[in-house]
Amino acid sequence: MKRSMTCIECPKGCRLEIDADGARLISMSGHECSRGSLYARREIEAPVRTLTTSVLTRGLELKMLPVRTSKPIPKEKIFEAMAAVKSITVTTPVKAGAVVATDFLGLGADLIACRSLGKP
Amino acid sequence: MKKRDLVIVGGGPAGMAAALAARAAGVQDVLLLERDQYLGGILNQCIHPGFGLHHFKEELTGPEYAGRFAALVAEDRGIEVSLRSFVVKLTKDKELSYLRPGALEEIKAGSVILATGCRERTREMIPIPGSRPAGIYPAGLAQKMVNIEGWIPGRAAVIVGSGDIGLIMARRMALEGMAVKAVIEIQKTSRGLVRNVVQCLEDFNIPLYLRHRVSAIHGRDRVEKVRVVKVDDASVDVPGSAFEIACDTVLVSVGLIPENELLEMAGAEIDFRTNTPVAPGVNLTSIPGIFACGNASKVYDLVDWVTRDSELAGKMAAEYLERPEAADR
Repeated sequence: MKRSMTCIECPKGCRLEIDADGARLISMSGHECSRGSLYARREIEAPVRTLTTSVLTRGLELKMLPVRTSKPIPKEKIFEAMAAVKSITVTTPVKAGAVVATDFLGLGADLIACRSLGKP
Repeated sequence: MKKRDLVIVGGGPAGMAAALAARAAGVQDVLLLERDQYLGGILNQCIHPGFGLHHFKEELTGPEYAGRFAALVAEDRGIEVSLRSFVVKLTKDKELSYLRPGALEEIKAGSVILATGCRERTREMIPIPGSRPAGIYPAGLAQKMVNIEGWIPGRAAVIVGSGDIGLIMARRMALEGMAVKAVIEIQKTSRGLVRNVVQCLEDFNIPLYLRHRVSAIHGRDRVEKVRVVKVDDASVDVPGSAFEIACDTVLVSVGLIPENELLEMAGAEIDFRTNTPVAPGVNLTSIPGIFACGNASKVYDLVDWVTRDSELAGKMAAEYLERPEAADR
């Protein structure tokens, strides 16, 4: 089946023309770089997204710590991941890049701090 | 009055890039003034990814992008950072007054770079009739509430305008469990990046109503509903097309206004249609030695380009400090 989609890998937003048979990519055009072809294949086979959100802290200089997954996770797991994030509270100072939760949700992705936070 | 070589107002991406580039170009003494308690500016609340693909060749979140520059600034002994410092006065002779906790400082600068960013357009600027209940926020303010303060603005939201901040907030509120009922855009196309329409709206099944406008906001104490009407190509309401959406929150994402009050105070020429400096080239103002960069000079859609142009502003200030008479002529 032929359809078009917009690549979300970068702000350019290339329009991709896709020919796919169910979850199998047959051919594509319109992408300007290799990220586009990888995006299209994933989007057809199993869409993934990097989740960014914030987790509650206690006793640190800001109430919320911005975090992201260390790699993209399946799109359909996003709300499950959000529910898991809500159960986390960070109580010790962190450095940017530190792992806040290891193998988050059993998906092989860690939850990473996006900024440093110290005591107030 | 203390003398400083280069004073930069604003410690967001523009101010930090300008400071580092000025140092690299040989400026010995840089004072970077930031009104918040952290460097980074609005990037601190932009916790979504999408930053740095051009500058760092990798995709970063806002706080990560800001953090990389803040670390370089902190390492540089030639840059003095003054936080919680709010500039209240600027003259054409480059004299500045700023407030910091416990003191009013007055300095004479050799050169000034204004990296003061933007503020948001509000509900009042796109007149929406109706009552004036609680629950109406500019999108960027709601972003700060959710991402920095940890408050959820409501339970069910409608977003007016499809600027990038509004689209990003649609996704953010959906992730936090709010019902995002609709994004209403009066133009034919979204004002935001296509990728944001895809990953922020389509991913979460949030409807985008193009060529529609919010004709009224209703509610006694709190927003209760909005009235939406379709418009034709001349932006005139289509009779009989109105419908209502129940919600308790309205986000307004209808553009940004460069903050150039200091420049205006100094007597520089301002285009009051866009609130940007009138100048012959990028980063310049009508006063030699006073530069403007980042969103204060024009509204950018990518921070990578803010960094690129602001680095040039730092270099321009360094050249001015070396030979001020060349520009003053």
